[in-house]
Order: sequence, then structure tokens, then C-alpha cells
Amino acid sequence: MSEVNTAQLTSVWAGGRSPYAVNSKKFGMWLFIISDALTFSALLMAYTYVRLATPNWPTPFHFSPSIIFSTIMTFCLLSSSLTMVMGVHAMNHGNRKAAVLWILATMAGGAGFVVLHLNEWLNLIHNEHVTPFDNPWGVPLFGGTFFALTGLHMTHVIIGLIYLGIVAFAVGRGKFKAEDVEVSGLYWHFVDLVWMFIFPLVYLMSAKI
Amino acid sequence: MSLHTEEAEHISGATTRTFLNVWFALLIMTGVEVFLAYEQLPVVIFLTVLLGLSVIKAALIIAYFMHLKFEKLSLFLTLFPMLILCIVLMLLIFMPDSSRSMLMRPR
Repeated sequence: MSEVNTAQLTSVWAGGRSPYAVNSKKFGMWLFIISDALTFSALLMAYTYVRLATPNWPTPFHFSPSIIFSTIMTFCLLSSSLTMVMGVHAMNHGNRKAAVLWILATMAGGAGFVVLHLNEWLNLIHNEHVTPFDNPWGVPLFGGTFFALTGLHMTHVIIGLIYLGIVAFAVGRGKFKAEDVEVSGLYWHFVDLVWMFIFPLVYLMSAKI
Repeated sequence: MSLHTEEAEHISGATTRTFLNVWFALLIMTGVEVFLAYEQLPVVIFLTVLLGLSVIKAALIIAYFMHLKFEKLSLFLTLFPMLILCIVLMLLIFMPDSSRSMLMRPR
């Protein structure tokens, strides 16, 4: 019976087969990533809008520590993406032990990012007196857009750390398949990708020269 | 061992060397961005270069790290044209208004 059915289904769109040739978890994660990308692009656009419409937009980011820190943060995220891809690679080859180690390395990169970013936030709050609602330059929208954008991104990184921790724990105990690691990797790379837009637009465009 | 064959069937596409090359390219582009921030370029050129590099970096991450280059084309066509259309619509609707408010500012 099933043989007859598969023979009749000449088109991939006729049903009974996956037209995208990916499992449903991966497709679900892709759909989430696309909708999340729209969230971030809307926020980036709101930031660009108020920045264009504000003549005296502040440029408070000194080379040291802000730009140096944010560059190292970018390095942390990019390197953690590399280790994540190596983890997926190891898991695809059935090497669970190596996969766990690579995922832990990824989490270390992400944790480094969060620590440096919190440090950078505290520097802004204590030394430059920037809060989400007020700052010395009289442009409260600067703090509003800055903390909204970087805060939502940092939330994603922290959620990613928890997600990867669960995946590493389960993989270490012999649970989860390669596709589950790959799906968590998709999420992590997306967080990295979003930072590739926030870093130049928020930090480099507001560097104090 | 059935588990092993099930896990092994996903192997395709890029090698470790490819991932390292992509990572290196991403680092270099980040370095160029930071360097340009201190080169006193006209803001329009600087912004264009920054966004161009960011789009290239995003494309590299999506293609190689997120494996989309090795997926079926139908997956890409389902996900990305819609995303790009939505972003372009947002740009078209909102961005002219931001510069209009600048032109209307009392001098």
C-alpha cells in the first residue's frame, strides 16, 4: 500500500513528503528566526528614524573602553559561532563527547559576551550617566533606543546560553539527535547575525572621534 | 548501530577548513569596520560601507554557519523574499518621514 502511494506522488508538493527536505523542528526554528529578524529590523529602523530626526544625537562611545569592549564582544560571538558549527559537525559524525565540548566552548564565548556587555552597560550608566530615560546630552531617546536594542539582544544571548546548556546536558547523557543540536545552532548563529548589525549601527556610528 | 547511521546521514557540504575561512573573513570585515570608524569618512559613504559589509557578513553566516547554502532552494525561497519585502516596505514607509521631520525643523 505504501509503495503504491509513494509511486503516485510524483511532485514534492503533492503531500506525504517534506517539500523542504528538513525536519519540522528545523523548519519551525527557521520560521521563528524570520519573525525574530523582523522584530529586530523594526527596532533598528526605529533607532535609525529617531537618530535621523534628532540633530544633536550624542556620540558617547570612547575608543577605550566602549569600542574596544564591543569589538572583543564581536570576536567572542563570531568565535562562538565557529565552535557551534564545529559542535554540529562533531554531532553529525556521531561524536557526542566532542559535540558537548564544542557546545560548552560556545557557551563560554556567549558568557564572555554577556559579561563584557554588562560591564559596558555599567560603564555607561555610572560614568556617562546614561539611563533608558535620561542622559546628560538631553536626548532621552538615545538611552531608550540603545538599551532597548542591546537589551533585547542580550536577552536573546542569555536565552541561548540556557538553551545550549540544556542541549549540552542532554547530548552528554546520550539523549537528543544531531538535528536537535543543529536547530540550537541555528538559533545561536542568528543571535550572532543580529549583532553584526547592532555593532556597526549602534556602536561604530556613535564612536567618539 | 542504527543511531549512528541516522546521525551520519546529515553530513553534507562544508568542511572544517571552510568554516575556518568563513570565520576569518568575518573577523577581517569586522576589523575593517572598526578601522573605518576612525577614518573620518563622509557619513553617507561610511553608513553605506558599514551596511554593505554587515549584509555580506549576514549572508556568510546564513549560507555557511546556518547551512542554508546546502538546503533545498525551496526553503530559501519560502523564507527570505518575504523577509526582504517586509524590510523594504518598512524602509519605504518610515524612512522618508524621518528626513522630512529634519527638513521641517525651525532654523
